[in-house]
Amino acid sequence: MALEFYSTKLQDALNWARKYSLFSYPFVTACCGMEFMALSAPKYDVARFGAEFPRFSPRQADLLIVVGTITEKQGPILRRIWEQMCEPKWVMAFGVCASTGGFYQNYSAMPGCDQVIPVDVYIPGCPPRPEQVLDGLTMLQQKIADRTGFVPQRERREHDATRAAKGKLPVLP
Amino acid sequence: MSALVLGKLKERFGDAIRATHDLAGDDTAIVDPAQIVAICTFLRDEPGLEMAQMIDLTCVDTIGLPEKSGSPAERYWVVYHLRSIATGRRVRLKAAVDDGPSGENPEIDSITSVWKGANWFEREAWDMFGVKFRGHPDLRRILMYDEFIGHPMRKDYPKEKRQPLVRRDFT
Ligand code: SF4
Repeated sequence: MALEFYSTKLQDALNWARKYSLFSYPFVTACCGMEFMALSAPKYDVARFGAEFPRFSPRQADLLIVVGTITEKQGPILRRIWEQMCEPKWVMAFGVCASTGGFYQNYSAMPGCDQVIPVDVYIPGCPPRPEQVLDGLTMLQQKIADRTGFVPQRERREHDATRAAKGKLPVLP
Repeated sequence: MSALVLGKLKERFGDAIRATHDLAGDDTAIVDPAQIVAICTFLRDEPGLEMAQMIDLTCVDTIGLPEKSGSPAERYWVVYHLRSIATGRRVRLKAAVDDGPSGENPEIDSITSVWKGANWFEREAWDMFGVKFRGHPDLRRILMYDEFIGHPMRKDYPKEKRQPLVRRDFT
């Protein structure tokens, strides 16, 4: 029990560090990119939240920001990028197009990027104002601290399943 | 715009020019699709016309269009926009395409032999409307993926229909 206590505390410390040092990979496909630029620029300054450093390689990023319309043709590309990212990783859907497909109801637009990858935060708006994105970002930071994102939850389920297989009870959070 | 281009066309091709108008100053000729290559070559080479530039080639699905002329089998219209750099004149050609026996396989001659630039335009018209261009060097889809079935800009393609390449298989 003592070991578990300390490992949980260690997780908390790690997640505290993670939530203030998000390395983002912006997957920018459409007009929302303009608002993404405003978000990074000095006026709104996402750097205040520690997420200012975009990595243009998914292997070095832990936050995938899907900015803009995703078409069916791009689906496999987006999926592959998500798979290339190292865990733990989080996904933010930026704008209605990435969240639900928005007003595109046609043969080519995908109805939301959560059709192919798991999304942790959805930010509505066409495009969302930078304040909305910052709000979404703080929600994501909360999720990181609580370990309620998709990947940590999956890890947790797997961990509990292994413990159950050994006849042990699941660890409380 | 003057009627010069349309006049020359009518003079040279007679019945192959089915109708003409210059609504809002845009010279338009509705032409016989079987003669399209000859007409385009003439427009490109004739002194005084010299339509060196093919601006646009697209297609119209006239299903349900009340003012549609021609026979009901001619559902797709291929529309060409040409321009002369030397004289500044423009002309629009419309060709109502024969849909074939099943009504599903419209075909027309490719004009890539006249303007090389028509290549990708014809691929787009094939991809979106399924109009086949006879004699095109490489008639493949240009916008949609190879797995796509059907032609999405046809007016009877269902709006809600999706043809996904991948979907999430985990939760
Ligand atoms: S949500 Fe609006 S602004 Fe953003 S990509 Fe879609 S259409 Fe463009």
